[in-house]
Amino acid sequence: MGEKIIKLPDVGEGVAEAELVEWHVKVGDIVQEDMVLAAVMTGKATVEIPSPVEGEVTFRHGEIGDVIATGTVILKIRTPGDDGDSDVEPHIAAPQPEKAPEVTPLVVEPKQQPVAEKPKPVTEAASAKPAATSLPKGAGAPRAEGEKPLAPPAVRLRAKEAGVDLRQVPGSGPAGRITHEDLDAFLSRESGGAAAAGLQPNKSVQEVKVVGLRRRIAEKMALAKSRIPHITYVEEVDMTALEELRGRLNGNQKPGKPKLTILPFLMRAMVKAIAEQPGINAHFDDEAGVIRQFGGVHIGIAAQTPSGLVVPVVKHAEARDIFDCAREVTRLSDAAKSGTAQREELSGSTITISSLGAMGGIVSTPVINHPEVAIIGVNKMAIRPHWDGTQFVPRRMMNLSSSFDHRVIDGWDAATFVQRLKALLETPALIFVEE
Amino acid sequence: MKDITCKLLVIGAGPGGYVCAIRAGQLGVDTVIVEMAKPGGTCLNIGCIPSKALIHAADDFHNTVIMAAGKNAMGIRAENPAIDLAKTMAWKDGITGRLTMGVSGLLKKAGVKIVVGRAKFRDGKTVAVETETGEQVIRAENIVIATGSAPVELPALPFGGKVISSTGALSLTQVPQRLAVVGAGYIGLELGIAFAKLGSKVTIVEALDRILPLYDTQLTQPIAKRLSALGVEVLLGTKVKSMSSNGEALLAETGEGEEKRIAADKVLVTIGRRPLTEGWGREELELDMDGRFLRIDEQCRTAMRGIYAVGDVTGEPMLAHRAMAQGEMVAEIVSGKRRSWDKRAIPAVCFTDPEIVSVGLSPDEARAGGREVKIGQFPFTANGRAMTLSAEEGFVRVVTRADNHLVLGIQGVGAGISELSAAFSLALEMGARLEDIAGTIHAHPTQSEAFAESALKALGHALHI
Repeated sequence: MGEKIIKLPDVGEGVAEAELVEWHVKVGDIVQEDMVLAAVMTGKATVEIPSPVEGEVTFRHGEIGDVIATGTVILKIRTPGDDGDSDVEPHIAAPQPEKAPEVTPLVVEPKQQPVAEKPKPVTEAASAKPAATSLPKGAGAPRAEGEKPLAPPAVRLRAKEAGVDLRQVPGSGPAGRITHEDLDAFLSRESGGAAAAGLQPNKSVQEVKVVGLRRRIAEKMALAKSRIPHITYVEEVDMTALEELRGRLNGNQKPGKPKLTILPFLMRAMVKAIAEQPGINAHFDDEAGVIRQFGGVHIGIAAQTPSGLVVPVVKHAEARDIFDCAREVTRLSDAAKSGTAQREELSGSTITISSLGAMGGIVSTPVINHPEVAIIGVNKMAIRPHWDGTQFVPRRMMNLSSSFDHRVIDGWDAATFVQRLKALLETPALIFVEE
Repeated sequence: MKDITCKLLVIGAGPGGYVCAIRAGQLGVDTVIVEMAKPGGTCLNIGCIPSKALIHAADDFHNTVIMAAGKNAMGIRAENPAIDLAKTMAWKDGITGRLTMGVSGLLKKAGVKIVVGRAKFRDGKTVAVETETGEQVIRAENIVIATGSAPVELPALPFGGKVISSTGALSLTQVPQRLAVVGAGYIGLELGIAFAKLGSKVTIVEALDRILPLYDTQLTQPIAKRLSALGVEVLLGTKVKSMSSNGEALLAETGEGEEKRIAADKVLVTIGRRPLTEGWGREELELDMDGRFLRIDEQCRTAMRGIYAVGDVTGEPMLAHRAMAQGEMVAEIVSGKRRSWDKRAIPAVCFTDPEIVSVGLSPDEARAGGREVKIGQFPFTANGRAMTLSAEEGFVRVVTRADNHLVLGIQGVGAGISELSAAFSLALEMGARLEDIAGTIHAHPTQSEAFAESALKALGHALHI
């Protein structure tokens, strides 16, 4: 009998701690080699901790949501066999790919996929593994139409006596088996709601633990709003000319060229405006009292994913032409949505665009991506009447709602920057003029 | 005679009827049960129990014959074995006697009144019973029809003389030299094998082209093999016609039109059983039929209010344990409990040599409708306990859904495998998955290990094969 001690691995990039987001085992569980034990989250990537050995879990430290320092012992596994398995694993994450199973390979998983369903290579060895690793998921899914409810006789009897049609009861057990607990839950719901008809007050309170990405977002937003006095400036932009140009470019699209949205034009306009006002493309390190103005324009694009807000970053927009920008935006937002974005692709921005497209509304008050100093919010484009001096003409109008860190950017500077963007977007040729 | 009034009247004290009455008595329901013969019905008196007694005696005798012939692999010798079938039958009658007494005792203990005689409906609430001492009228709020079934007779071979039913076979006092069995269903094979072991020259005639048509050939193949080892001649695709004019032989015709003359001292006709739907006044009632059976719903209610039916009279499978479960349910319904028929598994057992057990869906039934299935089969040749019993023939097979490994059916064939039916039924009734079976420790060394191994096999990692 040996004992394997599992420490929170060093997940790289000098991260000293990680948040525990999933436990897959509890004390007393028998684990197989390579079975996922837990998942931790650092930055915006979730990392799974697989078991290096087969054995029984004898110790578990930390609860979901706890932030745990690297190197902390989180699990102990008693291993069968007497082959002198090392008692202590000194540095569990030491990357030695050629001895992969022994050194706990780290698997970066797409965020929104159930981590337990790690696809396994279909090999003889894998299929010969004990059943625990290949249990088919049975729970939760609603029964197919016409399929009989699956319940042990004692549950059936209770249901019958309570007058419950088991077809109405969802089963949480293996293969959708209805358990006594499922029936309890159904009965308590029934007794609450079935008594009276009509509208009923819903007194239920559901507690949702804020963990993982959601917690990251919450912390970031709180930090930005508490530290940064925001000044938000809204201006309308006549996009008619740009839309004409964009339509034409997309119209005779050459193969291999990406379809252009407004974003690449805005990005190139920002590059141009930042060249004149480098103070906008900066980080304000308020603890050190230093503003770092960056030569490179790394534009974060706030994107909604099923698990929450992430901000993939288009690096060096100043060195990309409009098509290159478009290509990169598409690639990154796809990666972010599918959860395959790399850590580097989700950090390092110097300024951010917040765009909700057709959901953009008229005005927004974007929150600055700390420690940046500016964020450009794109509102919805719409045809609106515009007085050209003699008459109203229909024009494609769009608002930009932009926030700035008022500690380091004055209202005048903010206005100047947005007006410059407006001028560039309204006369798009200016975006492409080399000066 | 003074009329009896009760809450529940049960007609027939077979497994369905007596269980219903006992349960009703337990629940405080004022219950009367009517039986024209002995309590216990076909099962205890002329069916399940006596046939198993005979099969056991035949096995013991046959083993001794093998020993006497010097063919016993374990080195056991015997000399001049003989069987006194009359004594065997007396021993068997002792068992059935004790059991029927037991049933009477249980009924009395439950406070059930027993009326002996033939019952006949007058109307939906009234039954008249011809007793030894005259007619007894019983009025009841609820009536359960549990009249059972009887062997089917062939018009060309009416029971009597040489032609016997299973009942007759179970009361023979001499082993017939030559026994012809008509029908290769489970009753014919069980008794045919038993008499072959007792020393009869047995010929089985079956009109279909296979034995045990209700089971797939994988399951029946070990039986076919055993029949041939026992020297039983099996004529498939052969129709019996009549007895020869001198009564010496059974005449049959093969599928090719060839005339067969099967010399026989006894002709056992086991071509099925028919529900007893006549002779108790059905014509006085308005009951719907379902083919030759009484139509019932999921609470065993017939078309008439307050009249229930349980057991063989209600349809297939005609099995005692189905009747008992129905009877129990009806008693609880009558006592005011909410119940309905929700069983997933009714195990079926053939006490042939080797035995067959089947619960739930066969592979073909499971595949019906395009369902993806996963099947695991484990042979007894790889089971240590089976080897020590000289019983390596057969296997356990588990049929599951491929998507979630839910067990849909379990079958097995092998010596003594009838006892595994408990585990099979429980697995099905509890909604077990392959992992549940594979994850249960099965005692070593037992034949039940083959069950766990069949599940492991389906999962792709059987250990002992």
